[in-house]
Amino acid sequence: MINTIWFFMIALSVVSAVATDRLDQLSQAVMDGAAQAVELSLFLLGSMCAWLGFLRIAENSGLTRLLAESLSPVIDRLFPDYKDDAPLKGKICMNISANLLGLGNAATPLGLSAIKAMAEKSAEDLPSRGMVLFVVMNTASLQILPINMAAMRASCGSAEPFCILPQVWITSLAALAVGVIFCKLAERRTARLRH
Amino acid sequence: MEHIGAAALPIIIGLILLFGFFQGVDVFDAFVSGAKEGIATSFGILPTLIGLIVAVSMVRASGLLELVCSLAEPAAKAAGVSSQLLPLALLRPISGSGSSAYTLSLLQAFGPDSETGKIASVLASSTETTFYAITVYFGACQCKKLLYTVPAALLGDMAAVVFSVLTVKFLG
Repeated sequence: MINTIWFFMIALSVVSAVATDRLDQLSQAVMDGAAQAVELSLFLLGSMCAWLGFLRIAENSGLTRLLAESLSPVIDRLFPDYKDDAPLKGKICMNISANLLGLGNAATPLGLSAIKAMAEKSAEDLPSRGMVLFVVMNTASLQILPINMAAMRASCGSAEPFCILPQVWITSLAALAVGVIFCKLAERRTARLRH
Repeated sequence: MEHIGAAALPIIIGLILLFGFFQGVDVFDAFVSGAKEGIATSFGILPTLIGLIVAVSMVRASGLLELVCSLAEPAAKAAGVSSQLLPLALLRPISGSGSSAYTLSLLQAFGPDSETGKIASVLASSTETTFYAITVYFGACQCKKLLYTVPAALLGDMAAVVFSVLTVKFLG
């Protein structure tokens, strides 16, 4: 899937650049893109290490277990395969909490740590249903207060930077629900495929 | 309001540390052992990131988005929204920095409290950078098959486009 998408992104870009005479910009973009990726990963390296460090403290102190227990009613329903795996549930909960609080820089390291733990549990070459659902949930963005957006709106002179809150809640909840429902329906179909 | 954002991080870190300290965890040792894991993870996803970001920056530089947007313009007209929102809808799933720069330009051009400005604000903050999340997460666990991940995530993104327009139109 990702191979096809990647192929078409690049192939269509080349065609489009030829058609619109932007080959100079395109070759510049290749180098800039590669450099940007390295910059981003250096930035990630710092926040990744810092957050995984704090995560370890939270895990050792039992804080993630507490969080996992309080979110259990939701988590167990979404990820029934990990019902009895408290440490893994803790990681999932930390990622969800970071997302809800709008801490994107923390959510990615915490999420990666969770999905790696899930991958270790699945012996197959296919991702488990929990892994797919977890990634889909991370492509949606349910957050309590979209602080960055409010700040951007305020900087543009908005009278009420937070007036979009109900709209954002409804929209992000709807997007999340659509993704989750699709996954739950698709799980049943692939369950047959797995066995 | 920026204070809330500035306060959230120190409060959470403070809570984690306080709780750990009073539970008798050797906090610094735990931090270092956790942080060590981060090094392998971030270098592990570097090749994935390079592949993704090169492709995204090629798409942005090639004029492909403008081309697709001009094809989709009648749909925007039919829905009664500004066609200037189309690039945002297409950019949002593939580039976080690109879509936030574009959102800023929309807010400046139309005003943050205009209908277009509000739709842009809602859309930009209601979904994540889908392809970034998918490639990074599956890159980190070295999963090659994605099963139904992409359709599920894209369906969610489409729902976000539809709902951002509907909620702003109906709720103001």
